Amino acid sequence: MIPHFLIYPLLFQFALAIVLMFFWRDTRIQRRLSVAGSGIALALAVYLFLQVWHIGTVSFQAGGWQAPFGITLVVDMFSATLVLLTCLLGLAISIFSSASIISERAKFGYFPIYHLLLMGLIGAFITGDIFNLYVWFEIIIISSFVLLTIGGEKPQIESAVKYFTLNILASVIFLTAIAVLYGITGTLNMADLSVKVAASEHKSLINITALIFFVGFGIKSAIFPLYFWLPSSYHTPPAAVSAIFGGLLTKVGVYAMIRVFTLIFIRDAFIDTLLVTIACLTILSGGLGALVQNNIQKVFSFLIICHIGFMIAGLSMHSSLALTGAIFYMIHDIVVKGNLFLVGGLIYKIKGSNSMNDLGGFYGSYPKLSLLMLIPLFSLIGIPPLSGFWPKLSLLKGGFEGQHYILIGFILLGSFLTLFVIAKMWTKVFWKASTGIPRRPNFRYFGDLKFKDKLNMVIPIVILAIVSLYIGFFAEHIQLLSERISFELMHTESYIEAVLGKVIPEIDK
Amino acid sequence: MELLLAITTGLLYGAGIYMILRRSLVKLIIGLILLGNGANLLIFLVGGIVKGKPPIIPSDSNVILDSYADPVPQALILTAIVISFGLQAFAIVLIKRAYQVVKTDDLDQMNATDEFA
Repeated sequence: MIPHFLIYPLLFQFALAIVLMFFWRDTRIQRRLSVAGSGIALALAVYLFLQVWHIGTVSFQAGGWQAPFGITLVVDMFSATLVLLTCLLGLAISIFSSASIISERAKFGYFPIYHLLLMGLIGAFITGDIFNLYVWFEIIIISSFVLLTIGGEKPQIESAVKYFTLNILASVIFLTAIAVLYGITGTLNMADLSVKVAASEHKSLINITALIFFVGFGIKSAIFPLYFWLPSSYHTPPAAVSAIFGGLLTKVGVYAMIRVFTLIFIRDAFIDTLLVTIACLTILSGGLGALVQNNIQKVFSFLIICHIGFMIAGLSMHSSLALTGAIFYMIHDIVVKGNLFLVGGLIYKIKGSNSMNDLGGFYGSYPKLSLLMLIPLFSLIGIPPLSGFWPKLSLLKGGFEGQHYILIGFILLGSFLTLFVIAKMWTKVFWKASTGIPRRPNFRYFGDLKFKDKLNMVIPIVILAIVSLYIGFFAEHIQLLSERISFELMHTESYIEAVLGKVIPEIDK
Repeated sequence: MELLLAITTGLLYGAGIYMILRRSLVKLIIGLILLGNGANLLIFLVGGIVKGKPPIIPSDSNVILDSYADPVPQALILTAIVISFGLQAFAIVLIKRAYQVVKTDDLDQMNATDEFA
């Protein structure tokens, strides 16, 4: 049986984007179609997830060309989970966009491009071919360029120049790495690469290629010395765009890194040390950066970098337990970071400012909304039993098991810095007396909106907060899922077997 | 031929990196174009260069017995060229807009989004 259900979420987003383009001028229909379509996409992703949960890793040979000659799409538990989270966040942000994106922006194709971006994300998660991954990355970045620049305000254009340059550079580096890897092994299929790299004699050349991949993915996932494009661009577009960027775009880089360093490359002491060092420095620089910022969205941008460090830390420890922590953290972080940017956007719509010095008295005027916003904020810190706590437990246990005491110190420091930053934000935005921000002319405040639009801006935050609570209170479900993903990543035979269709003898890694 | 291509690839990478380190927007784009071309040539080079041997199985045989030109790198380059063409078109429009909005092509002046506010 050919598992066609594997490509339904991908094809559906593509079809939706095309259909939306037919209503180029009519933004009202676009808004409704986008929300309804995102709902259906979520249902398809849930179906895919359940199928993979029951029958294990499935693969689909595009055009019927047998692997490793054609392009293979593979969905294991890791990919299925990320596709599910993409569609979940996609639905929430689609609802938020339907109320918050003004028609002047929507008329330039915001919704079609948004669904093309989601298609690119899903494609990157399910592809089993390294060059195809490059193509999906390009689809993601070109859609993100458009979303970043739509509206054409000065900060947007300025940040787009930096975002553009660094992302293109990352793509070129990624392409270079693919070229060298193809030269060594003569294949592009990731499962086939796994077999051929393990059998290859050019160990040093392969290690250099691994480092080129690391730099390419590192720019995309904003690790330590390569992150400067992120905090200078993520706060400039509308909050809905920041949310999809902050929730998913950097995680694609982390996903690619985890995939490549578990499936294809054989880890040696040098790469492990490099990953540990980078993880420590990423946590530190992100945390310290967040400490000094004043703009809410910029604080969240720096916290993305800090928490990317946690995921790299989980990857670097090279143990099943730590990898479980990294996967769990990724699941938690996608939901919470997306939600936080929406919270920042809602505060901006209500008060007309994102500066912590100007804001104040939010708890006094909006107590219910403040309590709602408390959930993602506290989940991010990881106050037990909320969702950020459990993955850190696995990370720390993995750290003690592998005796990575310096890394443990940095993870704790990162958590403490997050706590400090969020506590500072809570006192400044929610508790401090309001200084009275002058009302801006020509700005549509939250209070002036129709009730339906108000509801559409709060509902996504509620949905994502409920998911966060679920991750926190039913952590054993997510832990079970993460353990299974981590097991599949550490034991690549099932992945290789699903793609190449034959049992590969155990390779001594 | 391989040596010539290797040197050209190295020159393209070097020139590309030099150009993106300059401060001008236009030179930045030229640098990115050169880097992209360098990467394409690299794919072509590492695929192995075989002259005049198309990968076509003769009618009286089931396999190719002789050495043949690998078609995969060429397909990859074609894809990469198309993608980089689209990106370059976008980049050129973007720098035109950036020049109009910021009123300078000096990248050192484009630091408003990094400033503390």
